[in-house]
Amino acid sequence: MDVLLLSRLQFAAATMFHFLFVPLTLGLSVLVAIMETKYVKTGDEIYLKMTKFWGKLFLINFALGVVTGITLEFQFGTNWSRYSAYVGDIFGSLLAIEATVAFFLESSLIGLWIFGWNKISKKAHAICMWLVAVAGTLSGVWILIANGWMQHPVGYAIRNGRAELVDFAAVVFNKFAILEFFHTVSGAYVLSAFFVMGISAYHLLKKQHIEFFTKSFQMGLIFGLIFSIFIAVEGDMHGVHVTETQPAKLAAMEAHWETTTRAPLHLFAIPDEENERNIIEIGSIPGLLSFLGHHDFNAEVRGLKDFPKDERPPVFLTFVAFRTMVGIGTLLVILTVVGFFLRKRLVESPIYLKIMLFAIPLPYIAIEAGWIVAEVGRQPWIVYGLMKTSDAVSPVACTQVLFSLIGFILIYGLLGAVGFYLIAKNARKGPV
Amino acid sequence: MDLQAIWFFLWGLLWAVFFMTDGFDFGIGVLYPFLGKSDTDKRLMINSIGPLWDGNEVWLITAGGVTFAAFPTVYAVMFSSMYSALMLILFALILRGVAFEFRRKVDNDTWKKIWDICIFIGGLVPAVLFGVAFANIFQGIPIDGNGVNQGNLFSLLNPYGLLGGVLFLLLFLVHGALWIAIRTEGDLNERAGLAANKLWYWLAAAAVIFLVSSKFATKLYDNYIAHPALFLVILITVLALFATKFFILKKTWLKAWFASALTIVGSTFFGVIGLYPNLFPSSLDPAFSLTAQNASSSPLTLKIMLGVVVVFIPIVIGYQIWIYTIFSSKVTEEDLSYDEAY
Repeated sequence: MDVLLLSRLQFAAATMFHFLFVPLTLGLSVLVAIMETKYVKTGDEIYLKMTKFWGKLFLINFALGVVTGITLEFQFGTNWSRYSAYVGDIFGSLLAIEATVAFFLESSLIGLWIFGWNKISKKAHAICMWLVAVAGTLSGVWILIANGWMQHPVGYAIRNGRAELVDFAAVVFNKFAILEFFHTVSGAYVLSAFFVMGISAYHLLKKQHIEFFTKSFQMGLIFGLIFSIFIAVEGDMHGVHVTETQPAKLAAMEAHWETTTRAPLHLFAIPDEENERNIIEIGSIPGLLSFLGHHDFNAEVRGLKDFPKDERPPVFLTFVAFRTMVGIGTLLVILTVVGFFLRKRLVESPIYLKIMLFAIPLPYIAIEAGWIVAEVGRQPWIVYGLMKTSDAVSPVACTQVLFSLIGFILIYGLLGAVGFYLIAKNARKGPV
Repeated sequence: MDLQAIWFFLWGLLWAVFFMTDGFDFGIGVLYPFLGKSDTDKRLMINSIGPLWDGNEVWLITAGGVTFAAFPTVYAVMFSSMYSALMLILFALILRGVAFEFRRKVDNDTWKKIWDICIFIGGLVPAVLFGVAFANIFQGIPIDGNGVNQGNLFSLLNPYGLLGGVLFLLLFLVHGALWIAIRTEGDLNERAGLAANKLWYWLAAAAVIFLVSSKFATKLYDNYIAHPALFLVILITVLALFATKFFILKKTWLKAWFASALTIVGSTFFGVIGLYPNLFPSSLDPAFSLTAQNASSSPLTLKIMLGVVVVFIPIVIGYQIWIYTIFSSKVTEEDLSYDEAY
C-alpha cells in the first residue's frame, strides 16, 4: 500500500459518498421551493403539507451533503498538497469564490428556513427556500468550473514553477465546465424527480394520501421528463467536446484501440488492457462512434494505441461506467415518457408504480458512474495534460492516510446507514 | 500596504471571525453535558444555535478557501503537515453537524445519548485542536525546505501547543456560556451565567500564562518591540477580557458576549500580528518559513480575490447579522414544539 493509492481511494470514497447527497439537495430544493410558492400563492393547505413532508426529507439529506462536503475542501491540502501548491493560484481561488459567493448564502439561509416558520412572513419564507436552491446551484457552478479546469485547463501560464492565472474569463467560461455544469445539474434534477416519483409510488400503491402523492408524482414527472430528455441531448454535446479535448478518455469510454475512420461502437465488449484489444465485442455498429464523437459517420477517431501506455486511463472501469450511465439514462427517459401517458391514472397502474419505486436507485448509480467516467477517465492526469496524479500527492506518512481512510470508511458507513434509515422511515410515514 | 500584506491580514481576519462565530457553538457543545441537566435543557441549548451554526461553520470553509486562493503553498503545507490533527477536526465536525439534525428524529434514549456524545466531541475536538494548531504555528513547525513536516501529531502536543489548546477551549467555553445566557431564561440562564463567571477566572489565568510563555516559546513579540504602537492590540484584548467579566457581573449578557467576541478576535490578532510576515514559520531554519511574500498567489489572482472578498464578505456579514437579529430573542418552549426544531 502506498500513499498515492490510499489517497486516491480516500478521495474517491469521500467524493462519491458526498455525491450521494448533492444531487437530491440541488433538485429537491427547487421542488420544495415550487411547492411552497404554490402554497403562498393559493393558500391551499395541501401545498404546505407537501412543503413540510418533502422538506423534511430534504433536510436529512442536506445535513449529510453539508458535512461530507466540508472534508473535501481540506483534502486537497491534506492529501494533494503538491497539486494544491502547483495549481492553487487558479483552483484555490475558484473554491474560495464558491464558499464566499454561494455556500455562505445556502448555509445561512437553511437555518432561517428550518427555524423561521413563525419568525418571518410566509412570502419571505418561500423566498428563503428559493435562495437556498439558487445558492446550491451557484455552488455547483463554481465547483464545476474548478473541475472543468482539471479536465481541460485554460487561461493559465506556467510561471514560477506553477500554473498561474492569466485569463480569468477563459477559466470561468471554459466550455468544458459549462457543459459539465448543465450535465450535472440536469442529472441532479432527474435524480430528484425519480426520488419524488418513487416515494409517491410507494404510497399510491398502498392507496394512501392519494391526492397528495398524485400531485407530488406529477410534479416530479414534469421535472423528470424535461430533464431526462435535456440531459440526453446535452450529453451528446458533452461527448463531442470530450472527443475534442480528451481523446484518450473517449477511446477508453468506448474501448477503442486502433485509430480508424468510420469507427464502430460496441454495445458490449470486454477490454483486455494487457494485450491492447477487446476479448469479446458484441453488437458493433459501424461508424456510430465516429458519428457520436464528431457527428460524422466517416470521421477518424483516435484509438488507445495512439497514446503511450502510461498516458492511458484504466479502460475497463471507464468503459463499463460509461455504458452504465448511458444505459440507465436511456431507461429513465423511457420511464418518464411512459409516465407521461399514465399521468392521469397512476393509481390504476400498479405495475408502473412498482417499477418507479424500484427505480429510485437507478439515477444514483448513473450519476456515480458518470463521475467515474469523468475522473477515472481523466487518469493518469489530475489536470489533463498538465500534471499527473502521481506527482500531486502529499509527502505524508502512509500510516496517517491509512488511519484517515479507515476513519472515513467507518464514519461514512455509519452515516450512510443512519441516513438511509431516517429517509426511509420518514418517507414511509407519509405526510402528517 | 502591498497586496500580499493586505491578504495576510484578511487571512488573519477570516480565521478570527471563524473563531468568534463558530467558537460559541464549540463552547456550547462542550458545556452541553454539564449544563444540560434535562432533555429540555439540552434542546434549549442546541436550539439556541440551531439556526446559526451552519452559517458560522462556513467561515471555516472561507478561511480555508482563502488560504488556498491567496497562499496556495501555505494551504498545501499547513494542511498536509498537520494531517492527523485536521482529520480529527473534520471527523468531529461531521459528527456534530449530523448530530444536531438527527438527534430528535428517533424517540429513543440510546439514540439520543449517541448523538449527545457526538455534539460534545464535535465541540471539544475542534476547540482544542484549533488552539493547538495555531499555537504551534505561532511557535514554528519543523518543516524542511520542501515543506515536509519532520514532526507528527504528538510533536504538536508540546507544552506551548497544549497551552494554546486550553486557551482556545476556555475562550470558547466562556463565549458559549454567554450565548446560552442570552438565549435562555430561568434556571438554565442562571447556570450558564454562573459557568461563564467561574470559567472566566480560568480563562484569565490561561491568558496570562499564554502571554508570558509566548515571550519564551515564540518570536511573536519581536514585531511588537519593533513597533510599540502594536501593543495597543494586546491592551485592547486584555481590556475586552476584563469588560467581559464586568458585564458578566452586571448580568448584561449580550454586552458580555460582544466583549468576549472582541477578546477572541484580539487573541487571534495577537498571534497574527506577531507572525507577520510569516504565515507558517519553520522551526528548523527561518529560510524554510512560508511568508506572505514567498507563498502568495500571483498578483492577478490576489487582485481578483480581493474584489470578490471586498464585495461579498460585507454582503455575507449583512445577511448573517439580519439572521442573528431574527434569532436573538429567548428560545421558548413554543419554539421547541415545532416539528423542525432540533
